[in-house]
Amino acid sequence: MPALTNEQIRAVIARGKLKDAIFQAVGILCLAIGLLVIFLLVGDMVMRGSERFSLDFFTNFASRRAGSAGILSAWVGSLLVMLVTAVAAVPLGVAAGVYLEEYAKRNWITEIIEINITNLAAVPSIVYGLLALGIFVYQFGFGQSILSAGLTLALLILPIVIVATREAIRAIPAMIREGSMAVGATRWQTCRYHIIPYAMPGILTGVIIGLARAIGETAPIITIGALTFIAFLPPVPFTATGEGATAGLFDWIMSPFTVMPIQIFNWTSRPDPAFEVNAAAAGFVLMAMVLAMNGLAIWLRYKMRKNIKW
Amino acid sequence: MRNLSERVIEALLFAAAAVSVLTTVGIVYVLVSESIHFFQRVSMVDFLTDTQWTPLFDDAHFGIMVLVSGTLVSSAVALIVAIPMGTVIAIYLSEFAKPKVREISKPVLELLGGIPTIVFGYFALLMVTPLLQKIFPELPGFSLLSAGLVMGIMIVPYVASLSEDAMRAVPMSLREGAYAMGSTRLYTALHVVVPAAFSGLAASYILGISRAVGETMILAVAAGMQPNLTWNPMEPAATITSYIVQVALGDLPHGSIGYQTIFAAGLTLILITLAFNILGQWMRRKFRESY
Repeated sequence: MPALTNEQIRAVIARGKLKDAIFQAVGILCLAIGLLVIFLLVGDMVMRGSERFSLDFFTNFASRRAGSAGILSAWVGSLLVMLVTAVAAVPLGVAAGVYLEEYAKRNWITEIIEINITNLAAVPSIVYGLLALGIFVYQFGFGQSILSAGLTLALLILPIVIVATREAIRAIPAMIREGSMAVGATRWQTCRYHIIPYAMPGILTGVIIGLARAIGETAPIITIGALTFIAFLPPVPFTATGEGATAGLFDWIMSPFTVMPIQIFNWTSRPDPAFEVNAAAAGFVLMAMVLAMNGLAIWLRYKMRKNIKW
Repeated sequence: MRNLSERVIEALLFAAAAVSVLTTVGIVYVLVSESIHFFQRVSMVDFLTDTQWTPLFDDAHFGIMVLVSGTLVSSAVALIVAIPMGTVIAIYLSEFAKPKVREISKPVLELLGGIPTIVFGYFALLMVTPLLQKIFPELPGFSLLSAGLVMGIMIVPYVASLSEDAMRAVPMSLREGAYAMGSTRLYTALHVVVPAAFSGLAASYILGISRAVGETMILAVAAGMQPNLTWNPMEPAATITSYIVQVALGDLPHGSIGYQTIFAAGLTLILITLAFNILGQWMRRKFRESY
């Protein structure tokens, strides 16, 4: 190969630099598209939905007339379902994570559990809905209730909570365990008084991300047969339900319900464009909830990275 | 006493870990047992070869290919958007961007990935479809194209984030070697880092495919729900997932043939996801680079 002249070498370098610059521009453009989508989405929902933002929107039930329809039953339903989900998923997920990190021996049973958790994360959410329809709704007889929905979403976010717990525990140095055991603590005491408290911020981040995912899930809840039009609230504990009966402490858990995403779906699938306004306003409320939860998780993680020094 | 309570606690913790295995067993049990009932009434040959899907009509047909075509077309559209965009973003963030840009971009991508799919569905139906109709005036109000495009945007963060992790795990010494030979950044990225991280990239693509195939609400809202055997993204069509939603919205008695079809459809969905995952595993093993 003949030697290149200086000019030719400079041309090669310039070409390389140009390609680098072009690629960099394309990269920034792709990122910008992502950002733009978020802005467009939020902007459109605010513009379209703005006329419906009022206290009435939060305190009215769904209605056949778009102008007076609200999201009362939807946001109450979402909150109650999230409560059941958190109560089920947090203890289970944390316990599973602690077991896998602190107790499990390296054998085939552990390996099956680990492979299984990875695979569950890739299962489409609607399949969890089918599982719940077959098992919770019909086999266990929970019906189309807040309980069924909460448990379904708990199974759905379990892998997220487990993985977050394991990562948080793995970041705790071995000397903490050794110190605890050296003064005579049992394995569980070490977990109870050291490992779990120190891992708490990381676990919390995972739980919040999991719940943010769960609150926006629509498909599995529709699959178990949640109704799309609900104009009442689940019974409040110890209040009269008519005919002289009072609601028990946990009666609400078996009540029919609707949630925010289903309400939005219901409004977007109506032909009357007046309901699009409602869908936009409700979509904005849901987005605000999800973004706030995600933001909180990101902030927690950032805070954690700065504060913890072993 | 102390030993006993330790044992009990260990057993409880193990039980919690076993719940995830039970979930899988439950999924397989429910899908297979209901599908067995289904296939006692409908022959497997009809299921795979019939070109109509009308399970709730008097003249019932059960050709799953109708739903599979919708699923595959919308997923293909989504992946044509998500894989190039996600990969470019990952290469940019891992090889070009300053640490500051990366610190800001990753949470923003996470936020994009955290948007509920029903909101994306709204976006596809009320914003993207009207926009596309200005370019393609003949595009109907529901189409696989607009649902697929939005689905692609939704999947970008998953692909970008996992690919970036894989590329960052490539040892610095490989890059330094390439730079020492006079490679530009782009040349290093495409000819050294990407091949070295390929098994991780493949894993991120497979996750993207799983997301696309299993995505439900965007399609239920924006692609229309009428069964339509088509390979044309400009048409409306039902997918496996949107069919399940459509049936669940109605009131189907437990044990009826309509009830059983959604489990047979669910089983098909899981098998498609599984097939892609096995393909992905094979690709990862074949292209794994050790360094």
